[in-house]
Formats: sequence, structure tokens, C-alpha cells
Amino acid sequence: MCDTCGCNITPGNKHLIEAGGKLSHSADGKAAVEVLHGLLGENDQQAAHNREHLEKHGVLAINLMSSPGAGKTALLEATIAAMKDELRIAVIEGDLETENDAERIRAQGVPAIQITTGSACHLDAHMVHDALHHLDLAKIDLLFIENVGNLVCPASFDLGQHRNVVLLSTTEGDDKPAKYPVMFRAADLLLLTKSDLLAVLDDFDPARAEQHLRQLANAAPVLQLSARKGAGMDAWFGWLRAETAARRAAARKLRPAERFNGVFRV
Amino acid sequence: MHELSVCQALLAQVEQVARENAAHSVEKVVLRIGPLSGVEPRLLQDAFPIARAGTVAASAELVIEELPLTVRCQNCGAETAAAPNRLICGACGDWHTQLISGDELLLASIELTKS
Repeated sequence: MCDTCGCNITPGNKHLIEAGGKLSHSADGKAAVEVLHGLLGENDQQAAHNREHLEKHGVLAINLMSSPGAGKTALLEATIAAMKDELRIAVIEGDLETENDAERIRAQGVPAIQITTGSACHLDAHMVHDALHHLDLAKIDLLFIENVGNLVCPASFDLGQHRNVVLLSTTEGDDKPAKYPVMFRAADLLLLTKSDLLAVLDDFDPARAEQHLRQLANAAPVLQLSARKGAGMDAWFGWLRAETAARRAAARKLRPAERFNGVFRV
Repeated sequence: MHELSVCQALLAQVEQVARENAAHSVEKVVLRIGPLSGVEPRLLQDAFPIARAGTVAASAELVIEELPLTVRCQNCGAETAAAPNRLICGACGDWHTQLISGDELLLASIELTKS
């Protein structure tokens, strides 16, 4: 989906919106009106607003997606424990019910806002917008949005995030990217979690998982880790450091350089 | 399963277009959907009668045009058809491809009766 305007217009369908489209009149004289709007237009507009709001404060927003139980909350707990002195972290939690995950995050000493979606299977940009109003963005470097555990619907809704991180746990099977292509195509980083279990699982091959991801034309890096055992976490922290630094640098560029005594201060 | 909420967004747009064109009723709504949009045409057809009730499109027909999945290869330049979970080049087999068509979720046109 088009990230900037939600219009979904690609070189393959552009001819459909050009003048003289085939649907301008119907045979029985009823008026036909060409519209060609993205159906998620309202969500995408709100998402763009969220992103603008985050960028103004130099906040990097990461949308964490996976099936339920892949280890999103455990990953966050371990990440916050290791990095909270280095980066100011906050979390928005999405679940159908309970404050359980938000409480686990708050126990790590960082702000967490819980969104309970009722029966909705995904977060949308409006829910995230409401949650952002409960956070002081001036005091945050890195915002995790832990989406509802679901490999289908969350992939269709832009929330205003900068990066999608998709978790695939070793207990789920290495063919998940082939089964859920819309979700895995959207990944900017694929984390193979619970890697400590690889030793006892004979049906999960990390190379095969990566191959299924490549067949979706996705060049995203693939990292193996175990949040519980601490294995492979340094590569993940390194990725987070590089991404937050890039977001801060971009935010600085948004502000005009101040001229002071003939010297540019940025 | 977000087809009903997609349908509600669809009807909101249909109602707006109908208002802008001073339409009395909407006869037909045409969507164009790609296989990678994350929306199932059959489920949309099921959700549509629920979402259209009580709107200007209460008796409208929903027509869904399913768009092809096409990729362009960054290696050999070929444009080929692809499957949703195999977006590789049909000519040379390389996975460095770019999606040309297939993730659309578009309200393409509306047929309406003016009062």
C-alpha cells in the first residue's frame, strides 16, 4: 500500500484513473462516477498524522507483529531491561482484553498504555492516536506498538509507525511466511524468536524460513534470538540503536539550522 | 476478518460521492482488489448487504474486479505474473522484484441515479 497518501495507485493501475475511463456512462443512462479512492483512506490519513506527530519529537515508532505467543512481550521486557538507561522507551499494548501485558511492561519501569480492542483483531491508526495522547512524546526516543497477536489483519493497517518488526517463533513452523504472505511481505526485520528451542525442534529450519521470506521479494534482515536465554540479543539491540539514531538525525534535519556568530549550529 | 469495517469505510465514501453528485440512490459500486490487499472478495460480498442497510446504497449491487498480481524483475527487467506467496520473477527466478499490481484496495466507480 502507498505509504504517503494511501491511494494505492501503481504503474499497473494508473491507466484506470486517466480521463475517458471505461465506466463513465452506463447503457441505461445512469450516471457513473469514477472515484478510485483507497478504502483505508481515513486510516491512512490518521496514520500519516500520527507519523508526523512522532517525527516532530524525533520518536522512532516500531510496530511489533506476530501470532499470539511468539514472544512479543517477553522480547520487550528483555529489551527494556537492557536498554532503558540508554534509550527512553514507551510501549502501546494492543490486546482484545486485559491489562496484563501493560502491567508487565510497567513493572520494567517504563510507561505503557493498554488499548483493549474488544473483539477487533488489529490496532488501527485512530486507536494509536488516542493512546499517543496519554504519552509525553518529548520524553520518548523509542515507542513500541505491540499489535494484537494475529498474522492476518494487523498487516492491513498503517498505524503511523516507521518500521514493522515481525516475530516468528521456532515453535510455529518455518513456512509461516509462505502461509501469511501479506504480513511477512510488510516486515522490515524478521526476528526468529525462541531460538533456544531449535536444539529440540527438528522441523524448524531458519534457512528455510528466510528462503520463504525472500520468495516474497523481501530483503529484510533476519535475526535469531532468545529473549529468555539472552541469546542473539546484541544484534537486535544494534539494529534498534541504528534505527533510533537515524530517526533522531532525521528529526534534527527537520529543524532549520540556527546561525550564530557565522557558525551553523545544528 | 476486517471485511465489515472495510465495508463500512466503503459505504462512508459511497455516501460522500452520492452527496457530492446530488444522487437519489446508488445502483452499483465497483471495487478493484488485488490478492495482496489483505481483503477477501467473497467475505466483502457477504458483509456488503449488512453495511449498506439504511444508506443511500441500500439496494446497490457490489461488483468486485480482482486485479492480477504482477511483478517487475530488478535483475532481468521482465514483467511477469506471480502468486501471493511467490513474488519471484517468472522469467529468471530472481526474488529481487517489485510489485507492479496486486495490493490495491480501491473504490473504482459508482453508478448512481440523480434525483
